[in-house]
Amino acid sequence: MSHLFGHDQPLSVQARGGHSPSFVGTFDPRVRVVAACVFAIVVVALHQIEFALGALIFAAITMSLTDLPLRVTLKRMAAMDGFIIVMLVMLPFTTPGTPMFSVLGAEASKEGLMHAILVGIRANAVVLMMLSLLSGMTPVTLGHTLYRLKCPPVLVHLMMFTVRYISVLHDEYHRLRMAMKLRGFKARNNAHTYRSFGYLFGMLVVRSLERAERVLEAMKCRGFSGHFPMIDDLAFKRRDGAFAVFFLALIIALVLMDRMYVVAY
Amino acid sequence: MHIVDGALAPEVLIGGGVLAVAGLSLGLRKLPIDKIPATGVLSATFFVASLIHVPVGPSSVHLIMSGLAGLVLGWTAFPALFVGLLLQAVFFGFGGLTVLGVNTVNIAFPAVLAGLLFRGMVSRSSPVTAAVLGGCAGAFSIALTTVFVAISLALSGDAFVPAAKLVFFAHIPIMVVEGLVSAASVYLIAKVKPALLQAADQTSGFEMQATATLRAKQAGEASNG
Repeated sequence: MSHLFGHDQPLSVQARGGHSPSFVGTFDPRVRVVAACVFAIVVVALHQIEFALGALIFAAITMSLTDLPLRVTLKRMAAMDGFIIVMLVMLPFTTPGTPMFSVLGAEASKEGLMHAILVGIRANAVVLMMLSLLSGMTPVTLGHTLYRLKCPPVLVHLMMFTVRYISVLHDEYHRLRMAMKLRGFKARNNAHTYRSFGYLFGMLVVRSLERAERVLEAMKCRGFSGHFPMIDDLAFKRRDGAFAVFFLALIIALVLMDRMYVVAY
Repeated sequence: MHIVDGALAPEVLIGGGVLAVAGLSLGLRKLPIDKIPATGVLSATFFVASLIHVPVGPSSVHLIMSGLAGLVLGWTAFPALFVGLLLQAVFFGFGGLTVLGVNTVNIAFPAVLAGLLFRGMVSRSSPVTAAVLGGCAGAFSIALTTVFVAISLALSGDAFVPAAKLVFFAHIPIMVVEGLVSAASVYLIAKVKPALLQAADQTSGFEMQATATLRAKQAGEASNG
């Protein structure tokens, strides 16, 4: 998973030298971040399965315009669905309403089933759209984008540091783990395993803090005054505006249809 | 532990968002420029914790270690854990955007609370007692997180109440494992680098922390660079 935060990832905003970005990737990251947030908020508020399905199709079309590997994206969505599957299966049995069928004496209601389907579609639509619009950018680009969108600079700096050190510490973890393996450690269900993992993580915390002290000293040597220069060439072009208008129009249409449907029936 | 988009009622989402912003601004206020590198590196460490899988019965779970985060970071655990959740949501699709606030409150607030409750005691006790207290802090923060998750589900509709109960009981083994692993971690930190667990007022400034480290070094602590 940490390949996203690998050492080879560009530390500048211009990602992937030479390799041209996908259609979605050519738009200003700021527009993409705002669009993903608006989409999430609106889709969560949809009440009708038909329009939630429409949002899911919209997300799938956006997905097809990116160069994300389909298999990886589907796998991530499946992992997300794994989180909610228990809740979705339980919902029909716990919602009162018209009984539809029964399993082991428990009545499943139509309303509950519809609610479960709605929740599942909404969750998938939001995650798919978020992955399509955002996961194509590097974490550094995300940091710069949030900075330009007036997020607190301290928070953005904190995020950039975190992104920078995840891969370093993940490597460190693998090194310690390798050393344990060489000494014949095998993870089992016993106190020894949990103690060993505890020592492993404690060591990781200690080493990371010592690393942080060295980093701060090195940064002070180079004149760190609490602010990172954010050098990037984010520019809001006309086609970004067009994308924003198109996206917004589609979303507003979805909401209006959803609300009108409620009134009409 | 993550709640996904689309399940919770709008009121719960908004409430979670407001609380998360409040916690974040409080945490950021306690984060001087000098401590950004240390907090960032520790935030990365706790992100890596979620990539470490520990066997539990026939399956395995990943570590969360929010109790330890609270012990080591105090209030700044809030922004540190938020950053981890944001990265997980955006790049891995775990959790979602609208539930980010709720998820942050559910995970970071118990961590901060565990830190406030146990930090003073841990810093004053011997490594073995510190380990026991650290284990309590680890199990406590996970327990409180599952309670918060259950509450956010239950507030979103009565139909979720059985699912909320299930969430709580399914996490009992995780509480035990987190407690054991946190206890061992705290034991090691208390032995190797006790300065990390000093009470908040003693490490408020980075300079102060450096002196604490120096004192620990003079006491004959092993070098772990």
